[in-house]
Amino acid sequence: MRIRIEKRLTPSRTLSALIPIVSLLLALIAGGILLKAVKADPIKTYKAMALGAFGSKYAISETLVKAIPLMLCGLAVSLAFRMLFWNIGAEGQLAMGGIAAAGVALFVSPRLANAPVWAVLLLIAAAGFLAGALWALIPALLKAYVRVNEIITTLMLNYISILMVEYLFYGPWKDPKGYGFPGTAEFPPATWLPRFAGTRVHLGLVFAVLAALSIWLVLARTKWGYEIRVIGENPRAAAYAGINIVRNILLIMFLSGGLAGLAGMAEVTGIAHRLTKGLTVGYGFTAIIVAWLGKLNPWAVLVVAILLAGLLVGGDQIQITMGLPASVALILQGAILFFMLGGEMFKQYDVHIEWGQARATPATGSDEEAAQ
Amino acid sequence: MTAALLISMLAVTIRAGTSLLYATIGEIYTERSGVLNLGLEGMMLLGAVSGFAAAFHSKSVWVGVAAAIAVGGLCGLLHAFLTITLRSNQTVTGLALTIFGSGLASFLGQRLGPNGMPLVGQIGPRFERLPVPVLSQLPVVGRALFQQDVLVYASYLFVPIAWYFLYKTRPGLHLRAVGENPRTADAMGIHVTRTRYLYTILGGMLVGLGSAHLSLAYTPGWTEGLTGGRGWIAIAMVIFATWDPVRAWLGAILFGGINAIQLRMQAAGTTIPAAFLHMLPFIFTIVILVVITWWETFRKRVGAPAALGLPYVREEKG
Repeated sequence: MRIRIEKRLTPSRTLSALIPIVSLLLALIAGGILLKAVKADPIKTYKAMALGAFGSKYAISETLVKAIPLMLCGLAVSLAFRMLFWNIGAEGQLAMGGIAAAGVALFVSPRLANAPVWAVLLLIAAAGFLAGALWALIPALLKAYVRVNEIITTLMLNYISILMVEYLFYGPWKDPKGYGFPGTAEFPPATWLPRFAGTRVHLGLVFAVLAALSIWLVLARTKWGYEIRVIGENPRAAAYAGINIVRNILLIMFLSGGLAGLAGMAEVTGIAHRLTKGLTVGYGFTAIIVAWLGKLNPWAVLVVAILLAGLLVGGDQIQITMGLPASVALILQGAILFFMLGGEMFKQYDVHIEWGQARATPATGSDEEAAQ
Repeated sequence: MTAALLISMLAVTIRAGTSLLYATIGEIYTERSGVLNLGLEGMMLLGAVSGFAAAFHSKSVWVGVAAAIAVGGLCGLLHAFLTITLRSNQTVTGLALTIFGSGLASFLGQRLGPNGMPLVGQIGPRFERLPVPVLSQLPVVGRALFQQDVLVYASYLFVPIAWYFLYKTRPGLHLRAVGENPRTADAMGIHVTRTRYLYTILGGMLVGLGSAHLSLAYTPGWTEGLTGGRGWIAIAMVIFATWDPVRAWLGAILFGGINAIQLRMQAAGTTIPAAFLHMLPFIFTIVILVVITWWETFRKRVGAPAALGLPYVREEKG
């Protein structure tokens, strides 16, 4: 058997559309084998997941609730990935946004009793954004001026900020009337992010859509957006063209961290109304998958965020109703990404498998053989 | 501080750094071939849970070690297949491996216990300390270095072996050539694809071995997030070590030392909150990464293999 690989002149469009669908199916099959191995019924499990995520109005609203932080963090990392700045730190930036929002809600807002609600909310949102942005500036500065690997620094900062959140709600910010329950006191209602009637879906959804719109406008319509794309595609050319790479790294990471911080702010003021466990549950990591599956396109990121949020809600559902670990959702996420990554090749290259006696093909131009 | 205390802290330092040392050396092999594997954290979690599960059911630590190595090797194979054969983006593939590995490890941890029950809280076989005759009687170093478990002793051998292999043998030269300049290596008749596959799998096996030390010796048993970021710290340590196994040992000792200090302060009843002590290894990792990067740039030296992270496509011009 021989495998012959030829580069396509143009990437296949049919495959571009097919690969995500096939990847999802293959991931479901792989997950099904795993479920079978632990004596669970895959079809029943998947059905329970789908119904749990999209089967009712309530289910859909809960999926949207989880989609909001995924959208904001997905946009955050896709913005940085555009420039090939690997911001793996959305989780930590989200945590810092949550801390800052909680700090303002707990200690500053009670002194602003006469201020209008929108002003209080704006202040909290600004605090959340700024905290995430400043936290993201640490790896950005280290990368821009000392060239320190940003993958490691953003990751280490995740661990540090998650520990910081725990320190605060177990320690100095702990609710004195909480009977030892780990968490801060409930925020004053004036600081709660408004929700849509009858659901837990909050204003964060509007933030996410506005963020997607602005990113899309900047990337598609401005000179600055063009510069960002050039840096991502060819940093050397960007440097020759006189594009200020240092400034762009700092700016983009400020915005990226800010969006993740906003996600943290929306989580604490929109859902929990206190700083407590469950703020850092891995949205920042799932966001990486969201960004990549969405091909770093802001609108696609919103859609993929809803789908992956559905997977998470479905995972929680099967844990409750079928006693299966919710980590099934994580496994499926990873598997989808694997198949997507593997599938990219078939878009760029034409792969022939020749059985039996292979006829040697004359090499033409760049289409040489890469026989195994 | 008394001498006895210092010696016991030194022993903890060595033990705490062992899993990291294996993982760092494994990743050095992989990265030297030009493949960046960012999946270490997921691989270590998966290796630790399967190692402990295998040891638990077979009642043999060695079966556990074999399982962890095999799982690490399989993860390496998966990474190699995706990044080398299917030419996928190495950074994202590694991240996918970490997400997938953490999810699968958590899933298995809840299912691989007795009768499909969770493994968390189960007590299984573990590596006991095995003092080396004669050597363990030496003053200071005897207690610190030679009253440890077998996997710690083995790690002492892996450093000089890796150094000798990389710098003094022909296959080691080929490995470095593939990572520095695959096109030239190919022209020299070295099989680039095969070399990269080999060392990505071998690196994965060493990462698996390191994770076995975690779940079978250092902190025997399985809990969620057992690795505590060691996979990521190992990737940082490769940079700190400038891809040199001897300096990897220094990195592992520094990391182990931070751990020992942290444990000692907790035992001594410090007033510093535990959360801040837990932050120490991560802060330390950032600091030494900044220092080493600044220093290497200052000396105008490039430590990374030149072709690190770049796919090699034979028919395309590089």
